[in-house]
Amino acid sequence: MNGELQAFFEQNGYSPQAAAVASGLALALLSAVMLLGLLFVNSIFFVWLERKVAGRIQDRLGPTRVGGKFGWLQTIADGIKLLFKEDLIPQKADGLLFRLAPYLTFAGVYAAFIALPFAQGWVAYGSASGALSIGVLFVLAMLSTEVFGILLAGYGSGSKWALFGGMREAAQMVSYEVPLALSVLVPVIATGSMDLGHIAREQQGWFWEWFLFRDPFTFLAFWVYFICAIASCKRAPFDLAEAESELVAGFHTEYSGIRWLFFFLAEYSAMFAVSGLAVILFFGGWHLGLPFWTFFATGPELSQVLAWPHPVLSLGNVVNALVFLLKCYLLVFVQMWIRWTLPRLRIDQVMMTCLKYLLPIACFLLLGISLWEVFLRSLVGPYCKATLATLVVGSLTITLIQIWRSPASQPPTLEVAVPWNPTRPPSIPQPKA
Amino acid sequence: MTLVAVLFWILAGFTALSALAVTFTTRIVRSAVWLLFTLAGTAGLFFLLGAEFLGAAQLLIYVGGTMVLVIFGVMLTASHPASSLQTNIAEWSLALSVGVLLYAVLCVVLFSVPAVTDAPEETSRSLLASKYLGSALLGNSSATPAAWLTGFPSEKPLPRTRVHYLLPFEIVSIHLLVVLVGAAYLARAKRRPETKP
Repeated sequence: MNGELQAFFEQNGYSPQAAAVASGLALALLSAVMLLGLLFVNSIFFVWLERKVAGRIQDRLGPTRVGGKFGWLQTIADGIKLLFKEDLIPQKADGLLFRLAPYLTFAGVYAAFIALPFAQGWVAYGSASGALSIGVLFVLAMLSTEVFGILLAGYGSGSKWALFGGMREAAQMVSYEVPLALSVLVPVIATGSMDLGHIAREQQGWFWEWFLFRDPFTFLAFWVYFICAIASCKRAPFDLAEAESELVAGFHTEYSGIRWLFFFLAEYSAMFAVSGLAVILFFGGWHLGLPFWTFFATGPELSQVLAWPHPVLSLGNVVNALVFLLKCYLLVFVQMWIRWTLPRLRIDQVMMTCLKYLLPIACFLLLGISLWEVFLRSLVGPYCKATLATLVVGSLTITLIQIWRSPASQPPTLEVAVPWNPTRPPSIPQPKA
Repeated sequence: MTLVAVLFWILAGFTALSALAVTFTTRIVRSAVWLLFTLAGTAGLFFLLGAEFLGAAQLLIYVGGTMVLVIFGVMLTASHPASSLQTNIAEWSLALSVGVLLYAVLCVVLFSVPAVTDAPEETSRSLLASKYLGSALLGNSSATPAAWLTGFPSEKPLPRTRVHYLLPFEIVSIHLLVVLVGAAYLARAKRRPETKP
């Protein structure tokens, strides 16, 4: 891409050096704007989805009016309201830190997307052959800077509730980062690479090549990762930093208007980022998992089969990116489902879950995957893969069939309301005169 | 001016300005925030030089870990966190002399080390730069990090032991373990004499 843009600028009268600068800047701006647009649209969609999911789980309908049938314009209406809302800064707040915190929070999450590949070669920074050589570490590092903005919001607000929220968030993040990083290391050891593009390409082919089914250690590592990821997005059952029933709204109690909006952009973007990382590490990245085209064509990758009109901007890559987005949305949906189903933990329970259970499990998985790679993989690798894939797909199928057959999913039979008829029921005996 | 040079000047200026702000601000939390920007700017410089592993580690350890603990400690311990720090003339002179000495040492080192000429090429960057570092940390003597990773020219081999980076790696691990045990000891619940009913 860079070379072609450079040639284009040179044809239009730029000197070679200026063309290099211009093409670099143009590419950087293009990817930045595209990512920002994706995050904004995603957040709008996720907020709407969260309300619908919450409504359905609580036996309500969720938003129904704004924008026609499903209330799909509700988030946009709310966004416009927030843009015009009065912007308050409390008198006791540290003005600079108060203003800085929301942007810092969002910037950390936004920067994580620099290294996240959406399809073969579709990454903001990286070459066509692979993403950033330490992409996993980069994404983790950027997501870990998010906590700083929240801590500053808690401190800078000059409010007790916000300070408590910020401190809880800091304690939670500092402890959950350890098992998060350790569980991410399991697939990294399995591939021997920290390049996210490389890790995704290791899982091409049928869905049992995905790392979720690869061996028992990567299978368990996914659950540890997902629990820690929910905690690092500070969502229920780990939402102590903004516990509504105790701390008003936690670290963003004093915020309103567009600054408050940035906190929620950061939260929903972080949900998307951790889901994207999970999809690449455990769910085959942008691979569909059903490469039926290998019966007709020779390429193992969809982007090679539908390689038109450009090797990177191909039709196959568009399909790949859609598959990746769909998998991410499914994981985000699971996060919402968990949020509206489970009750909030106490702070000591949160700490105990992390330090007494998740951390030892993650350490055990790290040791286990190393031994597996050295000794066991050549012996039982394929059998284990087949067993795990069969078990997971089989139990999912049985569950889906059970749900489909259960009476709760049948359409309810409406009872026709009888109009009120104020006559004496005939069964009551008449008093004798 | 190439794009890299432009980005270098922007990042270096940003880092230097926030480093100055660390010293000149009088509020301790704001000072910590400026220190955060200094460390993040340094990480940006590492990324610009192609040392991606070092940059990400800097962000993960300093920005995500150490700075959070610093802020946490300040928030918990300072009785009046918003009050301004007063520095007297003795502290100023001590800090100034230490700074000047450090700067002199850096200048001497800067002009005595030969310039690294084998700069990273675009092809070598896709060769999993962190792999060499990891192998060398495990004591694999055939995998020495390239010159552009360590900063030492490849024709002048370093005086290393046969285990390469394994010994320093183990020493650092034990050091971290000691720190963990110490932190757990300090943070443990103080045992009170049990009151009998």
